[in-house]
Amino acid sequence: MRLFHNASYKFIEARRKAYVVSGIVLGAGIVFMTLNVVNIGSWQNYGVDFTGGSLIQIQVYENLTAGDLRDALSGSNEITRFGEENEFVVRAPVAEDGSIGAVADEVEAQLAAAFGQDAFEVVRTEQVGAKVGGELQLKALYAILFSFLLTLIYLAIRFELRFGLAAVIATLHDILITLGFLAAFQVEIALPTVAAILTILGYSLNDTIVVFDRIRENMHKKGARKRNPVDLVNESINETLPRTVLTSGTTLAVLTALLILGGAVIFDFTVVLILGVIIGTYSSIFVASPALIEIQNRWGMGKAGEKKRPQPATV
Amino acid sequence: MFKTPRSRLITIILITGMLGWQLYSKGLKLGLDLQGGMHLVLEVDDPEGTMTVEAKADMIDRVDRIIRTRIDEFGVEEPLIQKVGGERLIVELAGIDDQDRAKEIVQRNAFLEFKLVLPVTDMTAALSRIDRSVVAALGIDSIRALGADVVASEQPEIVDLLFGGGDTTVTGEQVDTAEVVEEVPEEEDPLDNFQPFSSKLNMGDIPGTYLIALEDIPTVELFLAMDEVQRALPRDQALQWGMELVGRGARTYRYLWVLEEDPFLTGDRLETATAGRDPQFNQSQVQFELSRAGGRTFGQFTGQHIGDNLAIVLDGEVQSAPVIRDRIGARGQIDMGSGTPLEEASDLALVLRAGALPAKINIIEERTVGPSLGQDSVDAGRIAGMLGIALVVLVMMGYYRVAGMLAVGALGVYVVLVLGGLAVLGAVLTVPGIAGLILSIGMAVDANVLIFERIREELAVGRATRTAVEEGFDNAFSAIMDANMTTLITALILFQFGTGPVRGFAVTLSIGIVASFFSAIFVTRSFFLLYLQGKKASDPISV
Repeated sequence: MRLFHNASYKFIEARRKAYVVSGIVLGAGIVFMTLNVVNIGSWQNYGVDFTGGSLIQIQVYENLTAGDLRDALSGSNEITRFGEENEFVVRAPVAEDGSIGAVADEVEAQLAAAFGQDAFEVVRTEQVGAKVGGELQLKALYAILFSFLLTLIYLAIRFELRFGLAAVIATLHDILITLGFLAAFQVEIALPTVAAILTILGYSLNDTIVVFDRIRENMHKKGARKRNPVDLVNESINETLPRTVLTSGTTLAVLTALLILGGAVIFDFTVVLILGVIIGTYSSIFVASPALIEIQNRWGMGKAGEKKRPQPATV
Repeated sequence: MFKTPRSRLITIILITGMLGWQLYSKGLKLGLDLQGGMHLVLEVDDPEGTMTVEAKADMIDRVDRIIRTRIDEFGVEEPLIQKVGGERLIVELAGIDDQDRAKEIVQRNAFLEFKLVLPVTDMTAALSRIDRSVVAALGIDSIRALGADVVASEQPEIVDLLFGGGDTTVTGEQVDTAEVVEEVPEEEDPLDNFQPFSSKLNMGDIPGTYLIALEDIPTVELFLAMDEVQRALPRDQALQWGMELVGRGARTYRYLWVLEEDPFLTGDRLETATAGRDPQFNQSQVQFELSRAGGRTFGQFTGQHIGDNLAIVLDGEVQSAPVIRDRIGARGQIDMGSGTPLEEASDLALVLRAGALPAKINIIEERTVGPSLGQDSVDAGRIAGMLGIALVVLVMMGYYRVAGMLAVGALGVYVVLVLGGLAVLGAVLTVPGIAGLILSIGMAVDANVLIFERIREELAVGRATRTAVEEGFDNAFSAIMDANMTTLITALILFQFGTGPVRGFAVTLSIGIVASFFSAIFVTRSFFLLYLQGKKASDPISV
């Protein structure tokens, strides 16, 4: 069995359409982020990891609804169903005196007073001071920027600078679209979500590099210099297409299994990963490779590029 | 060394066997989110930010040692106590049942002091000074806003107790009445009339104490925290809260003790402490024994102050203040009241033995996971992982046939390598870690796919089988290498910036990348060589 054998799709020629698609999706994401700023006061639905505050997950043994819980609790708590029927999450802002721990105890006491000690069980609490939350936001940003930088350096050494730039553009594209999606559905941003975003970054790069590797190889073939760069890139994408589809397919299959069977704790995390694999695959073909062409069209390959090609990477 | 397929196979078996055995004997360490437990991040209290970096680091070093001792004594298996960035301490306690108790043991300062109780009269002269300093510092308006603008004559309620007699205010009490009364009528400054502080004080029923009504406690606490008030206190004297609330009639009060400021002895002279129960009054107590030098100081001091009260101050609050009846040697006890469970006494004994924390410790992050939730995640992850692997196996064998089977074999080696690697490194498996593991299974086949596609291409251009395989592996190498390296870069950054579950994820992902690289480049290739053995160069292969 062979998929996409000897394919010769004109991916690069279709790049303007891809730009429109990406542009619309990116634009929609920005609209959602703006709406979020207006509606919930922040461009993303940050969880307690980032804002500070308390999260208390409760499993109830009696027939209680979110409304019942809300009635039993005082204060401005947010109560949502979590995964299964009988599980709820109570979220509370940082205590005024900044103390940690008091909120969860209070919630537990109030629920015990209303429904009795045996009606529920606190299965998870997360209480984060406001200071820690703020630091984490910064850390996450640093982590993403730092990995961009290192990738750029790595690719500039192993390939050429323009490959690195194109890869970073594609990755940025993926992250922005993912953030737009997160904003649109107001997915709670927790620490694992950031891990998922960084994983997407890795996956998207992985995919892009396989294509770039083939471009690099074809560039160094005999007579490559006389060829139209668009054709060369197109051919490279088509040659790696079977691998792209198969790898994305298996990864998606595994992630889907995780999504369905993995449970509520991991659901958001998996959704972000699945999204990332799809976007990452798309971007390696429709963003990274065209970006390479665009960079070359605009700035050329530089004099050095014309005269003496860099030695093929040997390993 | 790895020239022949046989030597390659032996290498693979050796490595797999070794890591498999490690996995079997050591087992996987589950993160808190998988086995339940408590995660705390502690920070030295420094509200004004005046501590130097070195002082903080030194402080957290000492905190680290003391908390380790405490946790050891408390009996938690494999606690994780880790300094972060020189100013924070992460404490992870797996499988803890009583989280509140554990928290108390970690956070409690356990700073024990012995101070002499002074007669209230020593404080009397200072009260009007304190009142004035409160007024001067806060202004009348804000005092009014606090509801503390009572003038002496308007004082609503007085507790008629031991020393209070019929007298209404504390200031008019006992000896120095004249001095204070004189000041009030002079009244050049109308502010003198305000007694925001002293009006809150009621004479206590134990020598050396005032009683503060429950509703006044926050106001008085606020006043006492002011630098101006502390300066207005008589030299060498201190006002300190009692530990518990007491009921007098229908109302609830808290003691405020007049003490000598400097303790004559502190808990660092403590040799040992044990919890017990006083059979006579059926109350929990902690018996302690002082070091030899401590005992000498204690004996000397108590000998000189027979008849006085001795305050046992724990973390700034007076725990009890027995009358010194006789010269006391190296042994003493802290009574904890009849309502206190023995458990609390033994916890106190534990923290006293382990030593006092050098500073106040704030918990800035706290996460707890119940054991049932963790088990759910483990089960879900296991099932999802198995289904995921089954899907990958199906796809690979369906698409690449025999070569696919070889890849599946390599994938089996890969799984053992990853899990064994986690066991060897003592890495902790977390919920995102399981996701990372399952994701890396998906990605592990990537390298194989790259190689097989290459081999197909080489075969398509008419190369002989053996050459095609060689070329396939060689040509795919640079792509595999670069792709894995960049993913590894992001994983390492995750490790650097992340904490807890995210770190677990980063470790799992990193090990996964290294293992998948090895399994594709070395294991699959070895299997291929075995497969090609005995085939002629031109024989067809199933890929």
